[in-house]
Amino acid sequence: MFDDLRDLYQEVIFDHNRNPRNFRVMDDADRQVEGFNPLCGDRLTLFLKLDGDVITDASFQGSGCAISTASVSLMTEIVKGKTEAEAETLFTQFHEMTTGKEENVDLEAIGKLAVLAGVREYPARVKCATLAWHTLDAALKNEASSISTE
Amino acid sequence: MTTFPVEKIRADFPILKEKIRNKPLVYLDNAATCQKPQAVIDSISHLYMHEYANVHRGVHTLSVKATDRYEGAREKVKQFINANSTKEIIFVKGTTEAINLIAQTFAKANIGKGDEILITAMEHHSNIVPWQMFCEETGAVLKVAPINLHGELIFDEFEKLISDKTKLVSVVHMSNALGTVNPVKKIIAAAKAKNIPVLLDGAQAIPHMSVDVQDLDCDFYAFSGHKLYAPSGIGVLYGKQALLEAMPPYQGGGDMIRKVTFEETEYNTLPYKFEAGTPSIADVVGLGAAIDYLTEIGMDNIAAYEAELLDYATEKARKIEGLRIIGDAKEKGAILSFVLDKIHPHDIGTMLDSLGIAIRAGHHCAMPVMDFFEVPATARASFAMYNTKEEIDVLMNGIEQLIEVFG
Repeated sequence: MFDDLRDLYQEVIFDHNRNPRNFRVMDDADRQVEGFNPLCGDRLTLFLKLDGDVITDASFQGSGCAISTASVSLMTEIVKGKTEAEAETLFTQFHEMTTGKEENVDLEAIGKLAVLAGVREYPARVKCATLAWHTLDAALKNEASSISTE
Repeated sequence: MTTFPVEKIRADFPILKEKIRNKPLVYLDNAATCQKPQAVIDSISHLYMHEYANVHRGVHTLSVKATDRYEGAREKVKQFINANSTKEIIFVKGTTEAINLIAQTFAKANIGKGDEILITAMEHHSNIVPWQMFCEETGAVLKVAPINLHGELIFDEFEKLISDKTKLVSVVHMSNALGTVNPVKKIIAAAKAKNIPVLLDGAQAIPHMSVDVQDLDCDFYAFSGHKLYAPSGIGVLYGKQALLEAMPPYQGGGDMIRKVTFEETEYNTLPYKFEAGTPSIADVVGLGAAIDYLTEIGMDNIAAYEAELLDYATEKARKIEGLRIIGDAKEKGAILSFVLDKIHPHDIGTMLDSLGIAIRAGHHCAMPVMDFFEVPATARASFAMYNTKEEIDVLMNGIEQLIEVFG
């Protein structure tokens, strides 16, 4: 019945929505930033543990739609063990995948995150997917304790 | 079932024949904006093709014709809401501008530091933010009457908040997020007992019921054309003549003046005092055509038909496990706001869109209402006179399917 939506709602997204990974408070986090999308009410808190410039742990709390929940869940998985610079590169790649030119996307680097590529066809939903990454960006730059997509 | 001519009405709305994602369009976002009948579309193109010029200015034939059409629409609005005079009908961009106009003219002249403005907890942002801005500027205080879990105004609490300091009551006639129809006659009577003027935000109420401003005895009534099957960018502020006469003008410019020298300006009479600049002429004419169209069908017939649609939708929605209706006031217009267990409204919106169904997902410009019900957002199906029970079946079937997919 929802055949048209298969590109957007892939099984991996349903899976991460039902069972979000790293969904916990981190008491000893080095960085804690809130992300908010006022348009749809998505709200998340991202926690990072850093060792030098390496992200050793990432977790989140909050509530949102399936796209935003899956996006932040996948993100916390993929950034663990990455340096800040590598995470920023991933952010750029993710941004390119969801809003930019497909040919600029390094599919190998993006890995599992590719399941979110479908949002590019749904402009109203792009912000759901990118909220997590904007929050990570703010956390790495340590510039704010909360960010908003609007 | 009444013999409401819904199929005939549907045939008058060209957009309803559109296919969305290869499915027949089921348009249930009418509280955001309504679709336009052919008669409205034609009235605009006819004006531009045959009768267009600026109004109130030229002596030439076209200007006279355009002015006739424009002022003719004002007369239609007057009759539609039963105002006493066309002087009481001010054309504005929409409800939002109407409320801002009151904040910047009536309120500035009559409300000061320590005075209070009373609203309710179910207001649209457009009946909150202009008052917050006004209060910040002047030191006036905004008071908010609470609602209960059905989404109804708690009238006793509202009454208690009326004090000697209250200088304006500004209340929504029908809530866009909940569908609640407020007991506006009781509200107005309570305010009148203390000589407090009342502004009603009629944006949602106006397409769903007969509105008689003299019977209501409200001082101001604001509504938008685009929710009344008319073009966007046009709306109406009704005000009692004596109040409008006493108010300072809103924007300065052409048409709102009688005489200008560099030393002083004499303002024009009502309603032109509040209509600076060239107005949205064709949209006003479109509003007039929409009113003609609605008058022929009859607002009471529309209200009765939509009540049947709402009852049908509510009954069906209640049978869906995991669906919670947000706002079940006893007095309610054709709006069904709901949430689903563990499925975000934006996912609901995208999923239903793939079936050709247009609903609204979000906070409906009423974030305090969302906070009150402790939801980030709701999904909202809002009905119009051209919707059918079959469309409601499509909606409910879609909801059941998406619940299954999300598992």
